[in-house]
Amino acid sequence: MIHKFSMNGVNVVIDVFSGAVHVADDIMYDIVDAYESGNRDDIHKAFDGKYQPKELDETMDELDSLRAEDMLYSKDIYENVLDFIDAREPVVKALCLHIAHDCNLKCKYCFAEEGEYHGHRALMSSEVGRAAIDFLIKNSGKRRNLEVDFFGGEPLMNFDVVKDIVEYGRQQEKIYDKNFRFTITTNGVLLNDDILEYINKNMHNVVISLDGRKEINDMMRPRAGGQGSYDLIVPKFQKLAESRNQTDYYIRGTFTRHNLDFSKDVLHMADLGFKQISVEPVVGSDDTDYAIREEDIPAVCKEYEKLAAELYERHKKGGKEDFNFFHFNIDLKGGPCVVKRLVGCGSGTEYLSVTPEGKLYPCHQFVGLEGFEMGSVFDGLKNFELRDKFSKCNVYAKEECGKCWARFYCSGGCAANAYQLEGDILKPYKIGCELQRKRVECAIMIKAKEFQEAD
Amino acid sequence: MKHVKTMNTSMLKNTMAKGGCGECQTSCQSACKTSCTVANQACENR
Repeated sequence: MIHKFSMNGVNVVIDVFSGAVHVADDIMYDIVDAYESGNRDDIHKAFDGKYQPKELDETMDELDSLRAEDMLYSKDIYENVLDFIDAREPVVKALCLHIAHDCNLKCKYCFAEEGEYHGHRALMSSEVGRAAIDFLIKNSGKRRNLEVDFFGGEPLMNFDVVKDIVEYGRQQEKIYDKNFRFTITTNGVLLNDDILEYINKNMHNVVISLDGRKEINDMMRPRAGGQGSYDLIVPKFQKLAESRNQTDYYIRGTFTRHNLDFSKDVLHMADLGFKQISVEPVVGSDDTDYAIREEDIPAVCKEYEKLAAELYERHKKGGKEDFNFFHFNIDLKGGPCVVKRLVGCGSGTEYLSVTPEGKLYPCHQFVGLEGFEMGSVFDGLKNFELRDKFSKCNVYAKEECGKCWARFYCSGGCAANAYQLEGDILKPYKIGCELQRKRVECAIMIKAKEFQEAD
Repeated sequence: MKHVKTMNTSMLKNTMAKGGCGECQTSCQSACKTSCTVANQACENR
């Protein structure tokens, strides 16, 4: 299977199963799909008058040599990797701790129902947090690197418990030879100098939330009293980003159909001095006024192209205006192994969420949904049927992924989005897929332009 | 080659032999946690 696209003046051909990415001239780009059969006569007939026969033969010689090296028209050899995945000892290596089911913002698109998660307001106790650390260590097998994300609601509303869990984790990791990586996601409302100092000392990564331009942010992310949050949080976030030397954090936003010109929001954050930026499409059903609809896809794709072209220019120029857009990051020369690419996030298996009461769910997006409770940090995993279902949720189990060229870049998408919008964890969310494919193309375009320049 | 230049020679199939150790970072794929792709992740076993 191959996939080709042309963007911003560069032709790209991806050989899906080998992972090889080629930059092609126009003639190669034109004939590459038709030549999969290897029949030269067909190519001469089809392109007669457009290209010289000699040129066509020369190009086909090159295509043959790539084919011989298994870098073009290569075959799918990965399905047997699933046996390896099935044979692995099931372990848990990452927990999302719902430190507070409460929030001091009232974001209109919040999947967590403004922090309450289909339940009531609640704060996690130290007892539950410590039991979560014990549960993680006990279930992590031989994995050394373990992740704990402090999430909400808004975790700063219960920060003393965060500190206690970190302290406990640091004690336990020495005893059990583990390495905890703590991360936190915050809206910044309660951020102050003491908390900032603590975060910088103890958190491997920080995700801070801002939607971009003041009017966009304040429309979707109002405070409890209805006033905007932008003026309160932006100076704190700027300080945080600088104090972390502009690395190991992400400022992340959500765009909706109210700001389909979201490249302006990304560039606004870059102009505020942020270097690590992530802005993603909202996920919601059609009955909301903000959800991205199928009819919006062409506009969103065009906006991604515009942003990618601008980012390429800023990379080239370097200096103050340059920044990193998370969703256009791609590592074509390394990146994760094929096993990781087939299984994706590991929700419901390697990755679980813990509610303030200590209940386990497949991930933060499933919290509170009926039928998805998996056990508790005190009693351990109980719902093995559900874990099996999630453990079999991989690229090969999803019919749509079987047709998709981007499967090894995307890993099959978000199970929660699939369930919420398509009713089945094995049916990827269609709009999400379209936008994901576009982002991968944009990411590769930037690499291809840089490659051409260096060549 | 004149008509095509290959950007990467490190092939996906080569990762089958040593892959799957599971030490790499968890890659949340939902829009609320900023990790929508795995392709930009680092391998911890290289």
